[in-house]
Amino acid sequence: MNIKEMISPAVKKVPPSGIRKYFDLINEMKDAISLGIGEPDFVTPWTIREAGIYSLEKGHTHYSSNAGVIELRQEISRYVKRKYGLDYDPKNQMIVTVGASEGIDIALRALVGPGDEVILPEPSFVAYKGCVVFTGATPVVVNLRAEDQFRLTPRLLEEAITDRTKVLILPFPNNPTGAIMTGEDLEKIVKILKDRDIIVISDEIYAELTYEGQHISIASLPGMYEKTLVVNGFSKAFAMTGWRIGYVCGHPDLIAAMYKIHQYAIMCAPTTAQYAAVEALRNGDEDARVMVREYNRRRRVMVDGFRKMGLDCFEPLGAFYVFPCIRSTGMSSDEFCENLLREEKVLIIPGNAFGECGEGFVRATYANSMENIFEALKRIEKFIEKSKK
Amino acid sequence: MEEILEILEKNNKLTEEQIATMLNKSVEEVRAAIKKLEEDNIILGYTTLINWEKTRKETVTALIEVRVTPQRGEGFDKVAERIYKYPEVKACYLMSGGFDLTVIIEGKTMKEVALFVAEKLAPLESVLSTATHFVLKKYKDEGLIFEEKEKDDREAVVL
Repeated sequence: MNIKEMISPAVKKVPPSGIRKYFDLINEMKDAISLGIGEPDFVTPWTIREAGIYSLEKGHTHYSSNAGVIELRQEISRYVKRKYGLDYDPKNQMIVTVGASEGIDIALRALVGPGDEVILPEPSFVAYKGCVVFTGATPVVVNLRAEDQFRLTPRLLEEAITDRTKVLILPFPNNPTGAIMTGEDLEKIVKILKDRDIIVISDEIYAELTYEGQHISIASLPGMYEKTLVVNGFSKAFAMTGWRIGYVCGHPDLIAAMYKIHQYAIMCAPTTAQYAAVEALRNGDEDARVMVREYNRRRRVMVDGFRKMGLDCFEPLGAFYVFPCIRSTGMSSDEFCENLLREEKVLIIPGNAFGECGEGFVRATYANSMENIFEALKRIEKFIEKSKK
Repeated sequence: MEEILEILEKNNKLTEEQIATMLNKSVEEVRAAIKKLEEDNIILGYTTLINWEKTRKETVTALIEVRVTPQRGEGFDKVAERIYKYPEVKACYLMSGGFDLTVIIEGKTMKEVALFVAEKLAPLESVLSTATHFVLKKYKDEGLIFEEKEKDDREAVVL
């Protein structure tokens, strides 16, 4: 038997990650600075960790209800109301998931299959495309452009819609570009969506990392509540990546469909993490605020640093990434990143890892200490100066 | 202004240029703001937190509860001043509760601290009583934890 032949065509179709080689390289290096990993450098605030420990002491070590412990769902319900003005019933309009990633996966699996099209703006988080392909549906990529500040414009959206379009993935604030969609930007695309049968999967995991103004959820716009699945989680806002806790909210019928997949494939999200998440929502606001302020300072340092090197760098207003253009160096994104890592020991990620249209750009995260950011910027500048000669 | 203080409180090694970038302000603005804060005695000084345990220098720290009789017209301030002017006194606070002043003393040896209390502090006219508590181990000071820093152990993950 040829084992490889046994693997499903949908899975075979998805190529392995292109950025693995950088991680292998950096593992062998000393004194390297990684601006490559998309996760907070902060450790989870102590009050949240302590709540997790306490739940273990109390013996909360069993499965929770499939949709998640009710206290957590009630807190989520209050939180999305308070933050984004969204009303979801904790009883039948949300599922606590294993990270926002699970939310994206079960949303897609509940909605699409072979013959369906999913509109996917790129550059974006690498998992979307894979998850779409695994369902047998076809990803239809929308290439976002630097001149639009990597926002989804109504024109780009309209060009991508066909009779087969069933889902739009809306990934804002965006990884890797740091782009956001303002209320005005959203209204423009709502005009196109409102008379069409398209469900929006709105990945709002970076919502709390919005630096000017408040994040606006597309679900809060007129006519969009019923057709939107809001995916969010605790990883970014509360520095809880390793706890694997997310949630998805939406129309009861959509949630019921996703619930089936969730209960058979996952059962429930980890119970300890759920109790920690309750504490995050009850008492974590101040900790989250302090982190956001620190990210904001680093963001300014990073944008300023890249611009001073002579690179075009639009101002990202969300997430914790900057996405400067490196075309002026004459290098491809891959060359730039590989040479930078070898010569100056700084890891950043080539933009094309997040979609072909990311070529010519690189992603650097400022989820690292200010000290490391200053040092990394110094090294990148040295690298660019050298490459000019 | 307040954010400059928050930043400096955590790390006063940052340059004015760096702080200006962090706050999206001009260097001149930041420089002027810091100067004003220093002049107004809002910024009292710039110190370094040192873990002397890891050096060869011997030090002991003691926390002393002091009960005093406040003086007419001056309350506790005059008494406190007579105490905090000694360079051995690292900190001095007026307290609510069972005693009046917390005095933190640093010395080379326990004996040195005890002598200071016996010879300088206790004999003061308005001091009624003292209770000396020696610090055995410092875990955290000024918001900083003394043990080894947590390492960045984030693993390479594809996202």
